[in-house]
Amino acid sequence: MKALAARRHHRLAPVVLLLLALLTTGGVYAALAPSTAKAETVSTADIETGKKLFQANCATCHGANAQGTEGVPSLVGVGAAAVDFQVSTGRMPMQMSGPQAEAKPPQFDEEQTAALSAYVASLGAGPAIPTDEQVDPALGDPSNGMALFRTNCAMCHNAVGAGGALSEGKFAPALWETSERNIYQAMLTGPQSMPVFNDANITPDEKRDIVSFLVEQREGSAGGNALGALGPVSEGLWAFAIGLGLLIGAAVWIGAKSS
Amino acid sequence: MSTATQDTKHEAPAKPTTTVGKAADYLDQRTSIGVAVKEFARKVFPDHWSFMLGEIALFSFVVLIISGFFLTMFFEPSMALERYEGEHPASMHGQLMSVAFASTLDMSFEVRGGLLMRQIHHWSALIFMASIVVHMMRVFFTGAFRKPREINWIVGILLMILGLAAGFTGYSLPDDVLSGNGLRITDGVVKSIPLIGSFMSYMIFGGEFPGHHIVPRLFTLHIFVVPGILLALIALHLFLMVLQKHTQYPGGGRTDKNVVGYPAAPVYVAKMTGNFFMVFGVLALMGATMSINNVWNYGPFDPSPVSAGAQPDWYMLFLEGSLRLMPGQGTEWVIFGYTLPLNILIPAVVIPGILFTFLIVYPFLEARVTGDDREHHVLDRPRNKPARTGLGVAFLTAFIILALAGSNDLIATHFALSINAITWVFRILFFVGPVFAYYVTKRICLGLQRKDRELVLHGHESGRIVRFANGEYIEVHTPLDEQERWLRVNYDAPAPLTIAPKTDARGVKRKGYGADKRWQGLSRFFYEDRVSPVTPAEVAAAHSHGEHDELTGSEHQAVEAGAGTSREH
Repeated sequence: MKALAARRHHRLAPVVLLLLALLTTGGVYAALAPSTAKAETVSTADIETGKKLFQANCATCHGANAQGTEGVPSLVGVGAAAVDFQVSTGRMPMQMSGPQAEAKPPQFDEEQTAALSAYVASLGAGPAIPTDEQVDPALGDPSNGMALFRTNCAMCHNAVGAGGALSEGKFAPALWETSERNIYQAMLTGPQSMPVFNDANITPDEKRDIVSFLVEQREGSAGGNALGALGPVSEGLWAFAIGLGLLIGAAVWIGAKSS
Repeated sequence: MSTATQDTKHEAPAKPTTTVGKAADYLDQRTSIGVAVKEFARKVFPDHWSFMLGEIALFSFVVLIISGFFLTMFFEPSMALERYEGEHPASMHGQLMSVAFASTLDMSFEVRGGLLMRQIHHWSALIFMASIVVHMMRVFFTGAFRKPREINWIVGILLMILGLAAGFTGYSLPDDVLSGNGLRITDGVVKSIPLIGSFMSYMIFGGEFPGHHIVPRLFTLHIFVVPGILLALIALHLFLMVLQKHTQYPGGGRTDKNVVGYPAAPVYVAKMTGNFFMVFGVLALMGATMSINNVWNYGPFDPSPVSAGAQPDWYMLFLEGSLRLMPGQGTEWVIFGYTLPLNILIPAVVIPGILFTFLIVYPFLEARVTGDDREHHVLDRPRNKPARTGLGVAFLTAFIILALAGSNDLIATHFALSINAITWVFRILFFVGPVFAYYVTKRICLGLQRKDRELVLHGHESGRIVRFANGEYIEVHTPLDEQERWLRVNYDAPAPLTIAPKTDARGVKRKGYGADKRWQGLSRFFYEDRVSPVTPAEVAAAHSHGEHDELTGSEHQAVEAGAGTSREH
């Protein structure tokens, strides 16, 4: 205690205290904060909050009643899933015009996103946000997911979801980081250039199989560094950069070793 | 060995005492192999690191043979269907696939060391082709293809083409979606050939694509025919190299009539062994740490899916790019009910045809326009043949632009560009780029030659400024030593061909004048712009008028004394 008392007036003491305080607040928040805010139980208050958020942040483009304006789609009937996908991945509100809306850190927290989803869902019936069970990769069959993915998705997203190019600067994003819920929602609602895969086209179970396949791909390759899983172009680049680079270096070294 | 050779110098050869010596003596008494060993061990090879590029190709071929031998034991070249029962990878469990694909999975996940061997084999194939191309670049830019080595140049091109064939046939064996896409393109290319295309496709695939025959057929080609011819041609390539002696870089004392270097044994035996282990080590390291061609990513072959980022291995990428660049609309003609698909024929047959033809005819073309039938054993410095160097760089530019065009989707996603814009840029660059590259390279070469002339005539700038008594400032130049000068003045700068006049003395038109005129035109293209090497007379003249630069001892001191008050530097 004596040592502590002696150092009380050390000039770094406030900094240490501040750090401790921050850690405690953060820890308590993490322990007490609501883990997931699901829009399963929609209250009128949520819808009201959502409407206010919508009018403040979205109405400029989508119209005061989400009816859409010229070149901007109406949101009546897109459902909670579409709103949750667009807002939770940061695509909406859109940062700037471009070939397509890019993902960025989300602008709204989970509660606000849920409120927005609830508001838009109240405008007309549409796909709902999937439950945790619907997107649980452990319950899916990755083998069936592989077959479905390469028939329906790989032509844009690459064989293992590493992403690919579309026309005029648009692209199908890589799926390494996308959450299971967002993958499911994308199939369900078809954001941007992506087609809609409704439940008649790919059943909810099959969607879960695809999620399961994609999550399996994140474990990496059995053969070592996956080199971006981009196929022969990146392999060729590495063959020249690493392989031939080392070997020419070795040749110069051996050549310089005079006899 | 050394005891044995020393012993032979004695008048009465003593019996060898060591075990190795005894064994060598035993062998020698029965085969006279000592003569051959002595001859070869004392053969002199010139020294340069770039002469080891071909060795890298040779050694990666050895690794290919060894690893391929292993893979052959576990691969089953059959297109019969089976359901995959293996647990790894989970995404393949229970899928219907060909036996070839299943055995590839089995080899990768069940056989001990199988995946490592597969990856070493594939990386070796990429490095084999890469080192061949780099070796060819060395040969081309230094003029090593000149007489008497034109035949070996052709053998080398055949080796490269066989390397492409080996890569292509091997790539298609696992029967996965990606290689199946490649086969589908091959099928399309074959079918695009007028008149015989469809029949050839039926012949290759044993019916309509994909059929049930292509994998076993490619397997036979891949493990038997192609490597067999490759081995034979490699032997011929090396035999010709030894027979014609290795070329050497220019330098003091090196002429077309000698070889300056070290004996094969022990110097090059040691260096080659070291290089072999380097190649083996790097390839094993790559195979162990970097995944390549994970066929389970693509899944068993099915003609319908094509994934984004579907490309061939790098050495075929130029063909892919050529196909991607070709506009599709309006280039498929139907003539009298026969389809002439120029959209395939031009990019996949004509363009590679032009590229390969250039490589094959170049040595003969250059000899013709140079009017040169001498033997050459001293290499050119690339700057001293500006037109050749320019053409080589133009060729590489075209090749690289096509390869980049083949990767246009990855360029689009990784650099956030529009794939349409990239394609148009490459379409234009394919025509403009090589011309621009030729011009720039040629000017750089001529500039370097002028720099060499300047150096030979005036020496190196020493950075030391001195002032004369009369107030004149000069910078002292140090003259080049003999080795430096030799390198810069010993080259040919051929002039364009001179031809006999159009008419003879009686005014009769000469036969063959038109052809001569055309060759002369081509020769002008090669040699109109040239920088001649400095002649001894020019050196002498430069030294006589530039006496300030070449100060003799006594003058030097006088200048030093006179410069006492001046501010140096």
